[in-house]
Amino acid sequence: MNVLEDRSIDIGPFVSQGDDETIICRCEEISKGEIRKAVHEGMYTMTEVKRFLRAGMGLCQGQTCGKLVRSIIARELGVNPLDLELPPSRPPVRPVKMDVLASEEFPGAEKS
Amino acid sequence: MSKIADVVIIGSGIIGNSTAYYLAKKGYSVTVLEKSKNIGDGGSSRNGGGVRQSGRDLRELPLAMYGVQNLWPGLSEELGVDVEYYQQGNLRLGKTEAHLDILKGIVAKSKPLGLELGMISPEEVKEICPYLSDEVIGACWCPTDGHANPLTATLGYYRRARQLGVKFYTEQEVLSIKKIRGRARQVVTADRVFEGDQVILAAGLESRNIAASVGIDVPMSDILLEVLVTEAQPPMFYQMLGTASADFYGHQTTHGSFVFGGTSGLDAVNKHNGTPVNSSLTASSTCRGILGYLPALKDAKVVRTWAGWIDYCVDAVPVISHVDEVPGLILACGFTGHGFGIGPTAGTLLAQMAAGEETVLDISAFRYDRFKAKI
Repeated sequence: MNVLEDRSIDIGPFVSQGDDETIICRCEEISKGEIRKAVHEGMYTMTEVKRFLRAGMGLCQGQTCGKLVRSIIARELGVNPLDLELPPSRPPVRPVKMDVLASEEFPGAEKS
Repeated sequence: MSKIADVVIIGSGIIGNSTAYYLAKKGYSVTVLEKSKNIGDGGSSRNGGGVRQSGRDLRELPLAMYGVQNLWPGLSEELGVDVEYYQQGNLRLGKTEAHLDILKGIVAKSKPLGLELGMISPEEVKEICPYLSDEVIGACWCPTDGHANPLTATLGYYRRARQLGVKFYTEQEVLSIKKIRGRARQVVTADRVFEGDQVILAAGLESRNIAASVGIDVPMSDILLEVLVTEAQPPMFYQMLGTASADFYGHQTTHGSFVFGGTSGLDAVNKHNGTPVNSSLTASSTCRGILGYLPALKDAKVVRTWAGWIDYCVDAVPVISHVDEVPGLILACGFTGHGFGIGPTAGTLLAQMAAGEETVLDISAFRYDRFKAKI
């Protein structure tokens, strides 16, 4: 059973690094150190890190930081980054105002 | 890796994880099996976060009240994770006399159990939440209701249980439970067998198929639940909101975003491929519902929508029960979309059941054999 399936395999202690302060998720201002710490607290998948820390949950929905978060988790666990699934993409593709989403009329369209 | 434990729990949602935590605290060895790659990937990560007593079925209300009085207030401290619990009340809003009648019915129903719940005037509503539309003519108000963050609460229980030595295995889809000498003992996955003196089945909707392997049926079906999330707003209010006509429900989170659930009315016939997906109608419908009560949010941007399954039990309360025919098996499923708020209480009760202790609340209303034909 590999480390992704067996959450009791010892991945060693958290050791702080010089660039732990670097912001990785800019929308939610989550640093590299926070992500690495979350892995040591048992958050082994991108979805778990997202739900635990909000990394990838902001305005860009992880489109900017997704690959960076993945490589940080993978390195911490000693697995291939491609073994980690990206969290599902969720609609809408871009943030939409509530009153636009609520409207059933197409702006500028002629009313019949 | 040891495959033998005192208790094997199937399902790593808030029910499974909280039970694991309370059992580990009592000194039991516990194994938790999760079908998905992610811990808590079902209803525990896909719900509105309500920690609500008002509007509950009377059988379930004591569990909700116990949690609010004894477990939720200290949970962040106990788990070492901010579960973002707010206890600032629940407003269920009405705009018409017919709405107020519905709300009065909810108030009357909860009276016998002593829940603090009553009708309030439009002025009182405005005082509690000034952002609401002037069309609101009254509300039912439960000051001790609240909400919390389902993601950090579920993962918070996981994190603490793991620290206490609970073994968690993901990607372990359970195929069957096997009896040894008449007792539930083995839990079989695709390529492994786990063993426990007791087996707790808390796998949400999937519990039905797994229970069938020992000849037990829990009458459940799936209902789609859809939610939308906005970008962060300045702090506005922390009450939980709902309406008499169920246009929407929701709250503002610590982060500042609003989380709102709602339906389109066509949900029962949505197209899906086995995974819960959003329909193109629901978010728009929910936005119209929200803006009818909270016009101030019209420029707030929706950043995300998501969907999940409700494990709907035929009488809308869960099964929390030993099974006469299968000693060693405990069922904990069918929470019907309101399991999050009573999750910590359910975990406490299940840990007591597995430990052979007397449960702190009466659970006889949640027996597995209560379902009878109508004639």
